[in-house]
Amino acid sequence: MDFFIGHYNYWVVVFLMMVGLYTVISRGNLIKKIIGLSMFQVSVFFLYISMGTVEGGAAPIIAEGVKVYSNPLPHVLILTAIVVGVATTALALALVVRIKESYGTIEEDEIHELDHSL
Amino acid sequence: MKPNLILHVVAKFLIPLIIVFALYVQFHGDFGPGGGFQAGVIFSAALILYALVFGLDAAEKIIPSHILRILASLGLVIYAGVGVATLLLGGNYLDYNTLGSTQIGGQHLGILLVELGVGITVAAVMLIIFFAFAGRGRA
Amino acid sequence: MIDMIINVTLLAFLAITSVAIVRMTNLFAIVMLFGIFSLLSAGLFVVMDAPDVAFTEAAVGAGISTVLMLATLALTKNRQKPYYAEAPHAHRPWLPLIVVAITGGALVYGTWDIPGFGDPNAPAQTHVARYYIENAPLETGVPNIVTAVLASYRGFDTLGEVAVVFTAGVAVLLLIGGRRSKSIVKPKSEGEQDET
Repeated sequence: MDFFIGHYNYWVVVFLMMVGLYTVISRGNLIKKIIGLSMFQVSVFFLYISMGTVEGGAAPIIAEGVKVYSNPLPHVLILTAIVVGVATTALALALVVRIKESYGTIEEDEIHELDHSL
Repeated sequence: MKPNLILHVVAKFLIPLIIVFALYVQFHGDFGPGGGFQAGVIFSAALILYALVFGLDAAEKIIPSHILRILASLGLVIYAGVGVATLLLGGNYLDYNTLGSTQIGGQHLGILLVELGVGITVAAVMLIIFFAFAGRGRA
Repeated sequence: MIDMIINVTLLAFLAITSVAIVRMTNLFAIVMLFGIFSLLSAGLFVVMDAPDVAFTEAAVGAGISTVLMLATLALTKNRQKPYYAEAPHAHRPWLPLIVVAITGGALVYGTWDIPGFGDPNAPAQTHVARYYIENAPLETGVPNIVTAVLASYRGFDTLGEVAVVFTAGVAVLLLIGGRRSKSIVKPKSEGEQDET
């Protein structure tokens, strides 16, 4: 029971990761793939932040009367990762707009057909 | 009554508050949660709200595109420039101890300048990306 | 106790939202659900004692990302009536399900040895983090340890990150900075429908 309470967090995070991965590899619409990739990224951030929390700890900002702080290093890493993630998503969406303008569709199967028939 | 009257009035009320909040988050990033990235994104959110309510042309009159491109590079130049300044003052690259007379004073000044550079670049780039997407459909 | 209840509730909402995103076919509703997903995850970050990360995730995920996806939807919608519908997929989903199940099983097997959630004696909390928590306010004079580490101790990483953001802005400008040009290829499906 202790083991379950200590670990269910990680299992839900793995479930979210797998849902994101399934969206990327099994759906054909390009915008849905990008959303699945974003979901995968956010669940990876959860994994890191949950490994950095300390029970009964406070946010890592020095204040009076606080003795236990959470680990500040995963916060730094994830802050950088979030900003890089949004830069990648913006670039992917710009590519989707250009693909729509030159192929006329954003479904992966139809793009394959158009490519093979040219 | 104009169809967008409520949106116009509420936006005119909220946008200055959002900009002041962005400046607060930028400069109090040392003492509370916050810092350069959050402040840049919140500032660009205020201008995106203006563009959504009053139209893209009105927003592009406030900040023209060529000024946005200059601001985006300016932030990165400020960040790298702080590093070069510490090199010229005798320390390592981005060693803030050389910027002030005491170690803590130098660190404070270095962190302030660096976060300012980050905030300017992030705000400008978010606005560039939004204006590029929103201006694409118009022939 | 109340912490754990909030944790479980938010995680359950997140799981339900993610399954709804996979199953729905209306792209507009999916983008709205993605905004909800980002906001819920920002709330979960606050519960896990990470206010800086929650701030950034709420502003960037529920703000900028959702706006850009809506702009992309407006630029890529269909000409006829189901404007934002995803085309129904023709493949059987067995192979992706098997791949996802095997990967998920391997990851869960990997989490068997992780120290429990919130354990103060875990190796992650006792070596490097203790140095930063004790020395960062003394050496830099800044109470926010995350800002001190981000801007001073790990300043090179932040320089690289600002360069990445700048590069993304330049790349988006190059791709869709101009006004729209005429489409080059006539879409083949419209031609076939005209003939039949």
